[in-house]
Amino acid sequence: MTPATAERETARAASAPTPPCAHCNLPVPAGLFEPGADRQFCCEACRTVYAVIHGCGLERYYALRDSLAEGSGGPARSTGAHYEEFDDDAFTRAFVRQRDARLLSAELFLEGVHCAACVWLVERLPRLVPGVAEARLDLGRSLVRVSWEPSRVRLSEIARALDRLGYAPHPARDARAREAARREDRRFLVRIAVAGAIAGNCMLLALALYSGMVSGIEAEFRQFFRWISLGLGLLSLAWPGRVFFRGAIASLVARAPRLDLPIAIGLAAAGIVGVVNVLRGEGDVYFDALTVLVFLLLSGRWLQHRQQRSAADAVELLYSLAPAWARLVTPDGTSRRVGAASLRPGDTVEVRAEETFPADGVVESGRTEIDASVLTGESRPVAVGPGDPVHAATTSLSGRVLVRVQAIGAETRVGRLMAGVEDAARRRAPIVALTDRIAGWFVLVVTTLAAITFALWVRHDPAKAMESALALLIVTCPCALGLATPLAITAAVGRASRRGILVKGGAALEHLARPGVMLLDKTGTVTQGRLAVVRWEGDADAIPLAAALESHSSHPVARAIVAHAGDADTPSASGVSQSLGAGVRGTVNGRLVEVGSVSFVADRPAWLVEAIARAVADALSPVVVAVDGRAVALAALGDPVRDDARASIDTLRADGWRVRLLSGDHPEVVRAVGRSLGLDERDCVGAATPEHKLRVVEHELSHGTVVVVGDGVNDAAALARATVGVAVSGGAEASLAAADAYLRTPGLAPIVELCRGSRRTVGVIRRNLGASLAYNAVAVALCMAGLISSLLAAVLMPLSSLTVVFLSYRSRTFGGGT
Amino acid sequence: MSVIYLVLPLAIVLAALGVWAFIRAARQGQFDDLETPAARMLPDDDPPEQAPRS
Repeated sequence: MTPATAERETARAASAPTPPCAHCNLPVPAGLFEPGADRQFCCEACRTVYAVIHGCGLERYYALRDSLAEGSGGPARSTGAHYEEFDDDAFTRAFVRQRDARLLSAELFLEGVHCAACVWLVERLPRLVPGVAEARLDLGRSLVRVSWEPSRVRLSEIARALDRLGYAPHPARDARAREAARREDRRFLVRIAVAGAIAGNCMLLALALYSGMVSGIEAEFRQFFRWISLGLGLLSLAWPGRVFFRGAIASLVARAPRLDLPIAIGLAAAGIVGVVNVLRGEGDVYFDALTVLVFLLLSGRWLQHRQQRSAADAVELLYSLAPAWARLVTPDGTSRRVGAASLRPGDTVEVRAEETFPADGVVESGRTEIDASVLTGESRPVAVGPGDPVHAATTSLSGRVLVRVQAIGAETRVGRLMAGVEDAARRRAPIVALTDRIAGWFVLVVTTLAAITFALWVRHDPAKAMESALALLIVTCPCALGLATPLAITAAVGRASRRGILVKGGAALEHLARPGVMLLDKTGTVTQGRLAVVRWEGDADAIPLAAALESHSSHPVARAIVAHAGDADTPSASGVSQSLGAGVRGTVNGRLVEVGSVSFVADRPAWLVEAIARAVADALSPVVVAVDGRAVALAALGDPVRDDARASIDTLRADGWRVRLLSGDHPEVVRAVGRSLGLDERDCVGAATPEHKLRVVEHELSHGTVVVVGDGVNDAAALARATVGVAVSGGAEASLAAADAYLRTPGLAPIVELCRGSRRTVGVIRRNLGASLAYNAVAVALCMAGLISSLLAAVLMPLSSLTVVFLSYRSRTFGGGT
Repeated sequence: MSVIYLVLPLAIVLAALGVWAFIRAARQGQFDDLETPAARMLPDDDPPEQAPRS
């Protein structure tokens, strides 16, 4: 979990007790709070607007707003950071480039841009910050490209200005990959444009030729039109159509059938028949069908490519939010922010509470507790002091420490885990799309049918035999088949992303449709990923006293107890002293209150011993509360299971999934969570290291589909190796990069939706395939009967393609309607 | 009817011109972002004497 999200969680937890304004979600002032009312409003204006919206029957606005707010993490606000690291040499080398003699430019991801007003505000930057020459925002990718004069302004000042506007900037990595993707997009568009123009012109010529068939046409002009069609058709094959031939050759070399193969066969047959018939001056030419085919297939592929790219872009934005900076301690004892990439082993860095360690190292001074769940899956904090090793990507929770850097970047434990992830991703069998699996059979069946047609006709009429056999190859060229999958997936991925489910690769949907084994990570996926009071035993009057004391600490245990107290009036505490890893002591309302571990409080009555034993049996951490030296209550703390977990897991199991828990946490804890979810003990694997997780995934892979759901770096290798990896909300950068799908809303309900939506999507794909194969069956029958003509092909082909388009966009896959 | 020998190539040349213009625009990146320009036209322009946009 990044500090930003942690902050957001606490902000949400802190504002939770008072019901927010029903319209604007801001806290309601105590004076306007109406006890007993269904809805609370923070002001009269909000009440009026709410009434108007309701009166017009537009309540859906609130549902929409809530789903958007979940994704974007609340309203835009400035973070107040200084962005000194943006002026670093290492940062400049990585992200800034020279635009021309005078200007530098850089691309930054902005948090919270979403509408036309944002475009206006961001692009006014040259007016707000002197020295900025231009700011261009790309709304779809949340990416701004700024150009500035280095002599007049520094990048950190620009970043601060953007931050003040409420758009926290983050360096956008992989500028080269983005540039390559952009060029790829342009090439795609150019191919479509050429194919489209040629198809249009060929159809005009074909129209003249077809009308000529009916009303007569002079042979001279007929031949002229055919020659022009020939030129255009061959151009279409040689330029935009080249991709299919290249794909077909690649699939032959790899001995893996792909849909490109039957397409290339059809296109080649049409090209050859066309050339021969034009030269002969008689017989059908299929250039109109051929050029339209190229155009439609390219359009379908481009749509799918664009939809998946936008999902991938959204995920990339999320992991750009991870901090890539550190506080370097200079020899004179002060610290300044630098980019994490510019650290060297031997440097000393300062890490404050709630910050993420930028590198692996050893604690030099200070004490803190660290949350290492991202690396280990262990949900309980670990105390560290001088001499203890700490690792990059873990978070310091309570104290400030100085760390001597030992390893950076790829040398850190996270870096090595990431290398494992890349290795796992390489070894993963590529997902073979349904249509590609059909393609092999398709080629076999079509060529056999063509041979049969030839054999049937050859004794009656050898010329007709050749013509019919070739015509069969042409008209069965799988246009609708080629559109079936891209269109269904485009529609589904688009709908899913509006529901907060980002799917990076469409083929993943096909695999999620068929149940197999689902391995769930425990911490953060099934559970909430943070400590909370699960049980309070003993005197309930002690809750406010304990909360008063704990409100002085930012320790997770303290926060859990404060959250448990809710918004009840908390008295104030004085003389608070903390002993790290043990407890807190202080005076509240003139009484000495102690909250801490079992050994921290000396008093141990019989009921307490029993309560502690019960808590330990349920794998919860006991915290004792004592007033004036007498133990009065026991808080049992744990990582609570999400509310929707049980229902979601039951649904998944009813759908045929075998659900297993796979966690790095203590086996007892994992078993306890598994029990509460109704899972068998054998299906709860605890203390799993990343390597162990990978082994489990590989073992399960031999039985069939494996879906891994997780959020930490320790899950990343397993996510990459699994048939389909799903990263959940708040996940670490590594897991986002390794997964095929990302769920923006926390909890397990989106996983159920993802699986069910996938099943419906595959249903749509199947129906599409059925429709296009039915068309092909008709076409084959006509060919074998010797009845086919280029006119009939020109009518049948667009009909089948239109059917597929209609079926794809009409069907409900994710969510209700559009 | 022999005028068709002139008109048809001419039509194709015109179409080719259109395609050429599109390819130029695409290569310049005019189709990279199809979302923002639609939003960019919504706010009013500033009065020209203040600062014309480059």
